[in-house]
Amino acid sequence: MRVEGKGRINRDKPLNFTFDGKTYQGFEGDSLASALLANDVALIGRSFKYHRPRGIVTAGSDDPNGLVELSRGPYGAAIPNTRATMQSLYEGLVANSQNHLGPLGFDLLAVNDLAAPFLSAGFYYKTFMWPRRFWEAVYEPLIRRAAGLGRLSRGMQAEPSEKAFGHCDLLVIGAGPSGLTAALVAAEAGADVILVDENTELGGRLWLEDTVIDDMPAQTWLAQISAKLSAMPNVRIMPRCTVTGAYDGGTYGMIERVGLEHAPSGTVPRECFWRITARAAILATGAVERPIAFADNDRPAIMMAGAMRSYLDRYGVLPARKIALFVSTDQGHRDALALQAAGATLAAVIDPRSDAPALGDYPLYRGAEVVATRGRTRISGITIRDAAGKTTDMDIGALGMSGGWNPNIHLACHMGARAIWNAEKSCFLAPEGAVPALHYAGSAAGYFSTAECFTSGFAAAINALSELGLTAPHTPCPIAPASRETARPHWVVSGKKRAWIDFANDVTAKDIRLAAQEGYQSVEHMKRYTTQGMAPDQGRSSNTTAIAVLADATGRGISETGTTTYRPPFVPVSLGAIGAGAQGKGFAPERLTTSHAASVARNAPMVATGLWYRASYFPQNGETTWLQSCNREVGYVRNAVGVVDVSTLGKIAVSGPDAARFLDFVYGNMMSSLPEGRVRYGLMLREDGFVMDDGTCARVGPYDYVITTTTAAAAEVMAHLEFVAQVFCPNWKLSLTSTTEAWAQFAVAGPKAFDLVAGLTTDLRRDELPFMGWVARDVLGVPARIFRISFSGEEGYEIAVPVGYGASLYDALLTRAEAMGGGPYGVEALNVLRLEKGFITHAEINGRVTAGDLGMTGLLSKKKSDFIGRAGAAREGLLDPARPALIGLRPVDGQSKILAGGHLFEADAKPSRETSKGYVSSACFSPTLGHPIALGFFVDGRARHGDQVKMVDHLRRQETLCEICPPVFFDPDGGRMRD
Amino acid sequence: MRIPCPICGERDSREFRPKGDITYADRPAAEAGAAAWHSYLHLRDNQPGQIVEIWRHTHGCGAWISVTRNTVSHAILGAQLLRDRGQDHAG
Repeated sequence: MRVEGKGRINRDKPLNFTFDGKTYQGFEGDSLASALLANDVALIGRSFKYHRPRGIVTAGSDDPNGLVELSRGPYGAAIPNTRATMQSLYEGLVANSQNHLGPLGFDLLAVNDLAAPFLSAGFYYKTFMWPRRFWEAVYEPLIRRAAGLGRLSRGMQAEPSEKAFGHCDLLVIGAGPSGLTAALVAAEAGADVILVDENTELGGRLWLEDTVIDDMPAQTWLAQISAKLSAMPNVRIMPRCTVTGAYDGGTYGMIERVGLEHAPSGTVPRECFWRITARAAILATGAVERPIAFADNDRPAIMMAGAMRSYLDRYGVLPARKIALFVSTDQGHRDALALQAAGATLAAVIDPRSDAPALGDYPLYRGAEVVATRGRTRISGITIRDAAGKTTDMDIGALGMSGGWNPNIHLACHMGARAIWNAEKSCFLAPEGAVPALHYAGSAAGYFSTAECFTSGFAAAINALSELGLTAPHTPCPIAPASRETARPHWVVSGKKRAWIDFANDVTAKDIRLAAQEGYQSVEHMKRYTTQGMAPDQGRSSNTTAIAVLADATGRGISETGTTTYRPPFVPVSLGAIGAGAQGKGFAPERLTTSHAASVARNAPMVATGLWYRASYFPQNGETTWLQSCNREVGYVRNAVGVVDVSTLGKIAVSGPDAARFLDFVYGNMMSSLPEGRVRYGLMLREDGFVMDDGTCARVGPYDYVITTTTAAAAEVMAHLEFVAQVFCPNWKLSLTSTTEAWAQFAVAGPKAFDLVAGLTTDLRRDELPFMGWVARDVLGVPARIFRISFSGEEGYEIAVPVGYGASLYDALLTRAEAMGGGPYGVEALNVLRLEKGFITHAEINGRVTAGDLGMTGLLSKKKSDFIGRAGAAREGLLDPARPALIGLRPVDGQSKILAGGHLFEADAKPSRETSKGYVSSACFSPTLGHPIALGFFVDGRARHGDQVKMVDHLRRQETLCEICPPVFFDPDGGRMRD
Repeated sequence: MRIPCPICGERDSREFRPKGDITYADRPAAEAGAAAWHSYLHLRDNQPGQIVEIWRHTHGCGAWISVTRNTVSHAILGAQLLRDRGQDHAG
């Protein structure tokens, strides 16, 4: 119910929202949880395992049960497991409850609760083991149907998220009293500060304090410091941001709720995932209140005492008119008083401490406990047992509980540190220095009073400033009166009925004792056996209590029992936010050639080659398969002229007085002897002697060369050459520049290639451009380089022009080629043409072959005393004549398929892994020869030409009898490309 | 992880690509013999603690650098340009 005059909501701005199909009204400034409580909706969902009715327990990101499915209308999939406590209300918000079969008020799966005696810890491990064959058919589908919280919509997320990066001197995590103090001190010292808080506004617990700070009411002080910080140019205030993890090098992950705070618009990003790099940081994340485990403590409208206070002071909401509190902390009593002052009927404060303080006029039960609760879909009454053992029944509408405080130390433990039990403060604290340059302040450091929050926040800032090399400013530390903050942990009320510890995963005190009894005494084992702490809330409110119960059950202390490992993220983070921007085309950049648009206009399917896209083939009317197009395009090149974009090949300019010497060092063969105007094929080895890449090297000046790499290895070769230059030849006069994207380059090949190329220039004579030569010429008025090289086996020219002229040159080439009876060809035809000639690609240079395997030992110079890979290639195993060597293959019957990836066996061998003697690396149908051809490797293959072997592809179930032949199928003496 | 590039300053480790142990920067002489080459190509200690590795500032200046870091604490202790080692290892 709403309380007049309380809360920070805007009562002039009512907002309509829908929960489970029913419309309600809240106000601007409400969270979904506060708006539901204001409408007396206590039942929010069903529990994970027993499907018991559950409601809101806390007012923060640690809430274990207030999970709903948030609809985002037309802008993408609904979001399951949205925490109602963290979701701001907006006009038209639609949410639905989760985890029930049938209506929320009468869940059919609640039958699990009746079967509870059989569903204790380890139930799954014990039950679904036998019979073994039942697992896939029966058990797994059954478990999958019932397991999990919420459901995925399976739709695309049309509402995008974003990623962002932040840098600062000091990251202050949490904007309560300690965080605010630290931020101000650091900012006044001149530090660049980012101050983040997961709530919608700064202040933390200060909104709930009736104390006086620096002689003014807490909220006035808060308003002043907030205004001051907002006005400072070196302070960035980020509300609605939760730091999710601490990583190496002062890097923190953080999730910011952006569009989620409003009705979906389709333009504002849903969330933003930040990576913040901070030179220092302050952990001022506060503490969460600890529930008490007593019989049936999970009914809706049983919540944390501090949460009740929070709903009252922040939202003007009371969960019920008549309330009781079961607390073992002084703070719980102060919260009770505030609730009473706001008009709640305080039926009882039950405190197990016999020395509990009476802070006002309310029925106080000292040394007493709550031993039972009643109510089906919300609490309606409790039974109190006093110190003398006398029980009293009482009707109430809501119950608050407070069993102490658990500091939020998670981030400090993300890099492997173990939390330490502090017996005096009765909580786990992080060891100092657990994350480099992360300092702790306030409740997160075990300082629970407002006065101590200020002093510890101040001290943390001073420490951080000294680390940053900044002088502490003259800012005074805020002063608040000292307050009594005694608390005695009260973990469990003994009794036979189930007392819940982990509300999210339905784990009771009994489950934990059972785990210990069955031998799972290590805290890590207990966690896995009972699933305690493994729900979306990661056991934020339950871990410490579970450890205390385990410690009791095993007879060890809490300190000795220890905690489980803290791992990021601190709150659930959607993968859509972490991977923001990486959907669809955002997944990888696209590199497009200058012929791309023209190719697409000709309906060419574009195929990804690394990040590049290349035309696969160019379909024409009447062609129904790619093979028909491919065969026609091969015909262009063999009989007339074809044009293909080869710009994707890597191009590297190597310049300087030591360029020639450098190329001799990185290529197997000699490049320094190459005359100007000439081009040479070259092979590069890795240092271990295997082939790295092949390509051409053109000498374009006395000190200038242009080398090409394969498309696939362009980046690898560039990195390799830079490595060799920087590390092995640091004193050589040399520069390397990748020019791949500076030039558009087209291959023109076929019997009519010269005619086409000559027609683009004014004075090109055939005899001035012999095979493996190059000239600089104007092509259609543009300065160009024309190389006479061939990857097709026909007379071939490659024309390179500055990339801006690529598209127009491609158009001109195609127009002329088509007039000569030729046209464009794609990478399918390119592959067939090179296979017919036995030219290799990275299908052959697969990282496991040597120059010898390829029959290219001639390309390893004997004149050079040293080059990359020379020593490695000379190793005995790489010279073994029995190594698989490059061979050609053709089907004995002239028609059966040979498949790349298939293995090769002796014709009479039983095909198995052990008898494999080689493999097929590339295969195609040769339209020129009229039968399938392939390249592959076979043990001692060069001595086997003419022998029959068996190609077996076990995956595609193909077996073909092949004949080994030389790898060059067409024009073996190369006359067509040379003459 | 943050790596201090000697040219660009401290940068996120995702801008860099690792190559491996620093051994790879000390290329043996051409005729050093099979044992030296085998050791250079294949033998690495892989001890926990402080190590020196080769990285490249791939998405930055392209410099090859040596990075000293502790594999246990993840602390990055320094980085230098490999070019600054100054010695030619090529014939």
